[in-house]
Formats: sequence, structure tokens, C-alpha cells
Amino acid sequence: MRPLLHVDDLKVSFPTRSGLVEAVRGVSFTLGRERLGIVGESGSGKSQTGRAIMGLTPPQARISAARLEFDGIDLLSAPPKLRRSLRGGRIAMVLQDPKYSLNPVMSIGRQIVETLRTHENVSRKVARERALDMLAAVQIRDPARVFDLYPHEVSGGMGQRAMIAMMLVAGPELLIADEPTSALDVTVQLEVLSILDRLVADRGMGLVFVSHDLRLVSSFCDRVLVMYAGKVVEEIAASELGNARHPYTRGLLNCMPTLGTNRHPLPVLDRQPEWRL
Amino acid sequence: MTDVPAAPRSTRAWLLSDRPQSRAQARLGRAYISWLRFASNPLALVGLAILLVLVLVAAFANILAPHSPTAGDLAGAQLLPPLSPGYLLGTDDQGRDILSRLIHGSRLTLTVVLLVAVITAPVGLLVGTVAGYAGGWVDGVLMRITDIFLAFPKLVLALALVAALGPGIENAVIAIAVTSWPPYARMARAETMAVRHSDYIAAVRLMGASPVRVVLRHVMPMCLSSLIVRVTLDMAGIILIAAGLGFLGLGAQPPSPEWGAMIASGRRFILDQWWVATMPGMAILIVSLGFNLVGDGLRDSLDPREAGQ
Amino acid sequence: MSSTTMSESVRAGRPFHVRAWPVAIGVLRFAGVVITTFLGLLAVTFFIGRVIPVDPVLAVLGDRAPASAIERTREAMGLNLPIYQQFFIYVRQALAGDFGTSVLTTHPVMSDIARVFPATIELATLGTLIGTSLGIPLGVLAAVKRGTLLDQLVRIIGLIGYSVPIFWLGLLALLVFYAKLGWVAYPGRIGIAFEYSFTPITGLYLIDALWQGEWEVAVDVFRHIILPAALLGYFSMAYISRMTRSFMLNELGQEYIVAARAKGLSEARIIWFHALRNAAVPLVTVIALSYATLLEGSVLTETVFSWPGLGLYITNSLQNADMNAVLGGTIIIGSTFIGINLLSDLLYRTLDPRTRA
Repeated sequence: MRPLLHVDDLKVSFPTRSGLVEAVRGVSFTLGRERLGIVGESGSGKSQTGRAIMGLTPPQARISAARLEFDGIDLLSAPPKLRRSLRGGRIAMVLQDPKYSLNPVMSIGRQIVETLRTHENVSRKVARERALDMLAAVQIRDPARVFDLYPHEVSGGMGQRAMIAMMLVAGPELLIADEPTSALDVTVQLEVLSILDRLVADRGMGLVFVSHDLRLVSSFCDRVLVMYAGKVVEEIAASELGNARHPYTRGLLNCMPTLGTNRHPLPVLDRQPEWRL
Repeated sequence: MTDVPAAPRSTRAWLLSDRPQSRAQARLGRAYISWLRFASNPLALVGLAILLVLVLVAAFANILAPHSPTAGDLAGAQLLPPLSPGYLLGTDDQGRDILSRLIHGSRLTLTVVLLVAVITAPVGLLVGTVAGYAGGWVDGVLMRITDIFLAFPKLVLALALVAALGPGIENAVIAIAVTSWPPYARMARAETMAVRHSDYIAAVRLMGASPVRVVLRHVMPMCLSSLIVRVTLDMAGIILIAAGLGFLGLGAQPPSPEWGAMIASGRRFILDQWWVATMPGMAILIVSLGFNLVGDGLRDSLDPREAGQ
Repeated sequence: MSSTTMSESVRAGRPFHVRAWPVAIGVLRFAGVVITTFLGLLAVTFFIGRVIPVDPVLAVLGDRAPASAIERTREAMGLNLPIYQQFFIYVRQALAGDFGTSVLTTHPVMSDIARVFPATIELATLGTLIGTSLGIPLGVLAAVKRGTLLDQLVRIIGLIGYSVPIFWLGLLALLVFYAKLGWVAYPGRIGIAFEYSFTPITGLYLIDALWQGEWEVAVDVFRHIILPAALLGYFSMAYISRMTRSFMLNELGQEYIVAARAKGLSEARIIWFHALRNAAVPLVTVIALSYATLLEGSVLTETVFSWPGLGLYITNSLQNADMNAVLGGTIIIGSTFIGINLLSDLLYRTLDPRTRA
């Protein structure tokens, strides 16, 4: 099957008062209809990688790539209008915290309908029907009620489901999930993940799952990119993670406590300057 | 201190050191960084220059003014246009040199602004921090009073007060002060509420600091930078209200060269001798612009949160 | 003890939960605030009118009043009663709309105010309309085009608006647009030719003239009102554009804007619908505040333009030491302030779903 996404030597940098900050420094990968995890600590450039694919890099940033292609479309040279129609239509993104990423003064239903009507010419009635179906698809029990609720009236887990519904309602082929469960309670995390998992599987979407949580990513994705200081330090199949070679990856794995063992002192993540090169 | 390994090479390096050796160095360093930010804003520097000139002019009014501000040449120099020989900005209906009056008037303006600031800022700070830190009914009562004053029309209330107290510059100051403190109290309270539950306050309390000490030493300093910004910005408004009172004949009384009153007296000649009313208005505009520019610059340099926007 | 404070602080640091007051308590609180503010207003004017002057009777009647009148007024004002009873009577009279008689006009202050207030309302309303309709778009554009020439221009226009004495700018505007160019009419709100033939209904001349189909009158009234209204509009615009810019910058930095972009919405929709709709919530308060400021700014503007409104009434009374009229006018403007605050609060609640109980 033809890969959905080609990323080759992607670079994102921000000019600041104290010089150029290079957030992403030459990231390359390809993605089919599979689940790819991008892991790294904060500042490793994992989120900026996702945003660059979406075309949501802030205007002052400089962005370059040898190749940045979605389904044969060269994203960097694509006219803004085309890029916009891709966003939400064919490539969607789920953000971290529904408390902030849903518009607080619009009802949930209207926000979902808005995505749909931006990309498809459907009547109000049909749009509403499909939004309700989508709410049901993210396992919200009473879609008609939630449709009219405002974001502050729902819990974090419910908000994130609404967010997923809003982003998937137009039927995108690629989903970028940027720390989609980090802001949620642990018990809710798994629920939301399983909903996401099923939707991605059922619809045959590609998924880029950005997270700082290596274990979560390894259990959820097929393949993992480990990023450090704007670069990919290791690319590995999730099942092979135990055999990771790069010391940074091993360090991340090592940081996770396991039940039944006593660990003193707690290991500290080792960061070598030469990994930055 | 002499054998510090990396001896400071220059004052600038010493100030910008990210490992200050003493509290004084840390404070000076932070002040220097604020200054650098302030100085990188050309408009703020223009404002600062205006204010410096204002202070100098007020200080040396006697030397700078070419004529008397109150005694005019009724016979030979009535209503002369600007650029007349000896009268750069022209004269008014009593033959007084407008430039000299403006120069002396700067003292009145500066006095009013400073007095109001000195009265209102501490009152607002005290009311706000006490209300915010004490909470409960103290907060309720103090904020109710503040809100009542806040809901008043400032200028109209000042007018009524001056009308009752009698016209004059002292009463104008009192009237403006009475109506100007509530915003500071509101602001100080909000800042206090933000830090009240922070861990460093809890730590100080744990060490046995009394509420008075906590408020004075640990809460008030947190409010200072926003208070300074707010007061500076408000000074422009104070100048305008003072000038408004002067314009209505309720501020400084004739023949005192108060700028607002000068506009009022020039109003009668506006059609033929436009400069009599125009010049003092320009002076007010320039000075309050100076305060606004400095206030904006201070806000951007002291409060990086807002500057980031 | 302190450890609980610390953990509490962690939770208190993220105030996600809007306090859900039962509606009845909310309304009661609201009413309580309005009533105490109103009583506070009366207490202050009472203090100014009855406590500060050495002899309130002289303050009301002026010092040329005959002795018999002074005695009668002293009795009528209840000055022989204890101060709290005096205040009680004062409040009761104020609630009944009785602010005494104006020395200057010899009419009850309330009927004077009823006559002049519409002129002020008309002026301030038109000023706010001008200021809002220009200020919001300018502020939005300045925020969107942040750092560009346009942003600088809006900033400078705003700064000058914050710094210029309104009465002075009014004088200069009269000099240019009335005396030199002859584009506008002055003084007052209607030309002498129409003053006696025209019978207003609401007191808002522009609306009255249009309503009655008196085009000539409407044009004349417009020529009178446009300059002072534009002047007030400029001040209102300076304030509103600056606040709009700041609110918009805040909203445009929020995550839901990123989400809106991720949905593929157009920039226009993101700016003018999503961001502005959120910025509108605090903007309501700003517009209300600006309207209130224009109402009191009328004191100076009306003096310059000889606009026969409440502001001119107050300043005329001031110059004649007519304290009843001054304080009556102060109470009316203060009460209007309270009313505007109330309205903006209610509007705020309807605009922001988070504050709905």
C-alpha cells in the first residue's frame, strides 16, 4: 500500500531575540495506515513535528523539508487554500487538553457541526444527524443532551471525546494526536485511548501519536520514533522496544518503575551532549 | 569576594550574571534587565525624555521663563501672535507671555500629579492587600466600599466635592485623590489573592511571621510593579481631570498659570487669537502623552506576561 | 496546618469550577450589591451636601437669601434632627425623586434633569455607537496585524486619545469645522429656526425628527450633534480599540484557536467569529464603561459645545453655587452608572455560558 505521509529532513526553527531556536532538526519518516508513536521529553520537537504536518506552525517560524508529502500532495508548496481544506478534512489533530482546546462559548454540537459544514456541503439537519452519530461513535451515551452542552459543563474525558468527534466527523485519513490523554485522569485515559484505537482501526486511518509516555506509546502503537533535541535518535517497532539500542531510549525505559522491585536510588535520565549532534 | 573564580569583567557582565553573588547584585541585575527592555522601546524613551524635560522645566522655571507668568504688558503686548519678538508663543489678553506661563504652570501640573499619586497609591495598596490577605468579612466590607467608589462618575464626583469645598488647587487634589484610589485597591487585592495561597507565603508563615509582616514584606512587594505601571498610566488621566477642573474654573484660581484655566481664558479668543487656547492644550497633550508612553513602556518591561502578547 | 494549605493551594490554583450559586441567592446578592452601591452614592452626596459645608442652608440658597427663607429652609431640610435621621429622610426623598429646588431655575431639580438628560443620553449614545463601530474593527485588525504599520497607527491614535484634553480638542474642532469650514452647526442641538416649531417626543431629537419625517430638522439636528458626538466617539474608540486589541491577542493565543485552525476553518472565521466571540465577553464591560465615561465626559464636552444637557446643567449650577442641582445631577449620573454596570453584568452572563447558573 502506498504510504500516506512522507517526511524527509523536516526542520522547524524559531527566530527569537537570543538567536535561532531549532525545534525540529531533520526528522524523517514515512507513515502508512498504521499507528506511529513519537516519544520524547518536552522540548524534543515532537509536537512541532505534528504541527508542521498540520500546517499549524506559527507564522514567524522557518520550516523546510526535503520532502513533506501527504498522499502525493507536496504540503510545503501547496497553496494555503488547499492546505486549509486538508486540515480537518483529510488530516485532523486532537489536542492535549479539552479544557482549553474547545471554544468555551460554543456548544459542543455546534463545534462538531462547524467542522463538517466547513468540509462538506450538507444541510443543517444532516450535519446535526452526523454530529450526533459521531458523538455516539465516541461512546457518548446521550448524544442529544451532550450536543447542546458547553465545554465547561462536561468532564475532561467527555470533553476529549467531543474533541475527537469534532476532529473525525469529516472523515480524515490521517490523525495527529498530540498528547491526547495527558490532561486526563488515569482511569479515563484508557477509555479514551480505546475509543481512539477502535476509530482508527475501523476507519483505516493513519495515526501519529505524540506523547512523552513511552510505555503508553509502546502499548498503543505499531512503531515508535524516539526524539531528542529535535532529532530522531531511534526508530523501532513497538514490540522490539525491549531491545532498544540507543542509550536515551534505554534511559526512558529505565525510568519507568515496575511493581515488586525496590529501586533506590531512582534512576535519573542521562542526557549526553553528543546525542544532540 | 576578591577570589571569585570568574571575576566580573565589566559592569554589564556583572549585572547580567546569571549567578549573582549577593542579593544586591541580583536586584540590580533584574533592574538592569528591565531597563534594557524599557530602553529597547523608542516610544518609551520619548516619553521618558518628555518627563525629564518637564521636571527640569519645573525645577528651573524662574531661570527659564523669559517673562513674569502673572504680570503682563497690557499696553504694548496684548494678544501678540506666536513668534513675535520676545514672545515665542505669543501673549494672552493681559499681555502675559504664554511661554512663561506654561513654564511656571508645569510646577502646578507636577505638584497635582505627585500629590495625588502619593496620597492614592499607598491607600489603594493598603486597602487592597489587607482585603485580599485577610479575606472574609474584612475583604467583603473593604471591597464593597471600593466598589461603591468605583461605580461613581469620577469627574462629576470631583466636581461636586470641589463645589462643596470651594475652588482651589488643594481641594482639586483632594477631590481627585478621593476618586482615584479604588482601582489600585482592586488591583492590589487581585495580586494579593494570587499569591496568598502560594507556598512561599505558607513557608514564611510557618517560620512565624506575623500577618503584618507577611503583608508588608512579602505581599506588598509583589504588587508594586503593577501598581507603579498603573499609577504612571493614571497620571495622564489625573492631569486631564485637573485640567478639566481648571477649565471649569474649579481648580487653580487666576492669575495662577494653570494650563486648564489658561485654555478656559483663551476660549473667548479662539476664533481670532487661536494660540491663546491652543498652546496650553498642546502642553497638556505632550505631558500626558509622556506619562502614557512611560507607563506603557514600564508595563512592557516590568510585566513580561503582557509584553509577550 | 501548612501542609494542608499547600495542597489546597495546588487545587485552588486551577479554578475550573464556576461556583454554581442557586439562582435565587445569585439574584439576592445582585440586588444587595446594587442597593448598597446606591446607598453609598447617596451617603457620599449627603456628605458633600450636608456635612462639608459649614452651613448647608447657605450652600443651597446662596448667601444673599433673606433670613426668613433661611429659617424656613433649615426646618424644611430637617437640619435640627440627628444626622442619621437626616440621612434617612434624604434617602427617602431621593428615592421619591426629590432633590430639592434649583436656585438658578427655581424649578424642582428633578424636572430640570428630566428636561436636559435626554440631550446627554443622545450625545453619549451616538458617541458610543461611533466609538464601538470603529474601535472594535480597528482593535481586531491591530491584533491580527500585530507589529505592522497599522498596529502602530492604531496604537498612536489610541495614545493621543488617552492624552488629549477633551475640551481643548473640542475647541479646536469648533475652530476648524465650524468657524473655518462651516461644515457643522453651533451652538446647542437645534437651530433657532426650528427650535420653536419642532416638538420633540422622546427628547432624542435625531430620532424624533426622523420619526416625524421632518427631514430638514433632522439634517439640522445632525449638523449640530455630529461634531460633539464624533469627538466623544474618538475617545471611546481610543479606549475600545486598545482593549479589543489586548483581548484579541489573548484569545488568539488560546488553544481553541489552534483547534479551530486544525478544523480547517478560514482565518476570517477564526478571527471574526471564534476569537471575537470570546473577546466580546470582556468587551461588553469595556463598552459599558466607555458609555459611562462619555456620560460624565459630557460635563466638559457640553460646556464647550453649549449642548443643553445634564453636563451643562451641572456646570452652570456649579458656577452659581446651586448645590441641590449639582448633587441631584451627580446622583442621576451615578445611578445611571449603576444601571449601566447592572446591564453589562447581565449581558456578560448571557454571553458567557460559564457564568450561567
